[in-house]
Amino acid sequence: MDIFNDFSVGLFALQLVILIVLLVLLKKFAWKPILNSLEERESGIENALAAADNARKEMQNLTADNERLAKEARAEREAMMKEAREISDKIIADAKQDAKEVTTKLIETAQASIQQEKQAALAALKKNVAELSIGIAESVIKKELSNKKDQLELVEGILKDVTLN
Amino acid sequence: MKIAQKSIKFLTIVAISLFTTLSFASESNKTDNQNDGGRVNTKQEINDYIKHHLADSHDFSLFSYTSDAGERKHVGFSLPVIVWTSKGLVTFMSSEFHHNDDGHVIVEKDGLKLAKIHSKIYELDNGATQVSFDETHHAKNAHKILDFSITKSVVGILIAAFLIFFGFSKLAKQYKSKAIPTGLGRALEPLVLYVRDEIARPNIGEKKYKKFMPYLLTVFFFIWILNLMGLTPIGFNVTGQIAITVCLAIFTLIIYISNGSKDFWMHTLWMPGVPKLLRPILAVLELAGYLLIKPFSLLVRLFANITAGHSVVMGIAALMLLLKAEFGTVGATGISFFLTLFLTVIEVLVAFLQAFIFTMLSALFIGMAVEEHEHH
Repeated sequence: MDIFNDFSVGLFALQLVILIVLLVLLKKFAWKPILNSLEERESGIENALAAADNARKEMQNLTADNERLAKEARAEREAMMKEAREISDKIIADAKQDAKEVTTKLIETAQASIQQEKQAALAALKKNVAELSIGIAESVIKKELSNKKDQLELVEGILKDVTLN
Repeated sequence: MKIAQKSIKFLTIVAISLFTTLSFASESNKTDNQNDGGRVNTKQEINDYIKHHLADSHDFSLFSYTSDAGERKHVGFSLPVIVWTSKGLVTFMSSEFHHNDDGHVIVEKDGLKLAKIHSKIYELDNGATQVSFDETHHAKNAHKILDFSITKSVVGILIAAFLIFFGFSKLAKQYKSKAIPTGLGRALEPLVLYVRDEIARPNIGEKKYKKFMPYLLTVFFFIWILNLMGLTPIGFNVTGQIAITVCLAIFTLIIYISNGSKDFWMHTLWMPGVPKLLRPILAVLELAGYLLIKPFSLLVRLFANITAGHSVVMGIAALMLLLKAEFGTVGATGISFFLTLFLTVIEVLVAFLQAFIFTMLSALFIGMAVEEHEHH
């Protein structure tokens, strides 16, 4: 078979024209929209995947944040509680101290006043005793003061006792 | 559903009109000693028939038979013949040749005598009334004329073009309303993706492939559909026409030459890193490679594969006749049936493979031309 004899210029020309027309028509009505849609779809899928990935990462971040926050809150609470405990301890201790001081002071004052009262009482008693004794002495004296010597002795004795007391 | 119903209606109308044409087109021919490329009994007739099939045809004949009354009947329809003669454009229907293919029937138009010899239209020289042949069976007193007829191949191209346009414009429309196509589109989308992701992207490169997608897709589906149409009993042999493959190869050539980058021309014409004396020789070799060898390999590969496929399938089918004496009618038919079936299945694969290879190599050549080298 003779290839070059078989070559038909007319067929070649018709094919050329049809192919060019087909190419132009397909490009406009088929390939462009198809390829664009495919690309759009692919980029859409890619974006969706990336978005999902981002969302997952964000979720992770959020949970990490939450955990961190909870931890911090817990620590803070603990610190606060510790502080509170310390403060209360201190208050109690202070109160105790104060109370002690107050009581000591009270006791002291009480003691002092007791002492005073005692002194006063003693003084009163002494006075009474002295009056009584004077009274007794008077009576005794009235009775016994017959001799001068006895009188003197008595006075001396009384005085001695008095000073001793 | 509406679209489907419409297309079914449309197809029915097409089918009805086709059959009415068929019945009108079937005609009889009493003269018995003519070669109409329809009878195959002997080896010679088988060879002629295969050759006749491989060549383009001016009729769309489906089959022919001899009736009980001894008449030759041809079923098919005639196609317009459009030729550029010495007296300008002449058109008539191919039925005027009465299916004759060896120059015996002369058609007279505007005082011109036209004959059809082996699917080519010849114009007889002045004064000649009959075509006379020399020993090598070439016409002595007639010459070939430019033939723009709507031949069987042109019809095939138009059908393929229509199918591609119909299918893919439908797919394109689907994307307007939904992200994932349904029906026919779902079958076509992976093919588009295949061409893009397996052919264009790896060979041309991520940056530049987009510009060439329309051409690669068109060529891929054009060749594939025509290859497959060649396997139907209608008997197209479009991609086995050298004119078709030449046209496709020239398309690829023009595309990669017109898109050649600066680096491409540098490397082709003045190869850096080579002794200066060798550079012109290399330039000649490279130019020959890009302008001649590469397109030639493209056109010959497709042409030869399809021609060979058709020849072998038809040859094997003809075993049915040749082995009749040895194996009987049933045996010969069985052998031929299974071998032909086997080969046809292979041809279905080849139909895809050749479309793939043509597109792939086109993409590869384009990729070579548009590539930008890293400067060291």
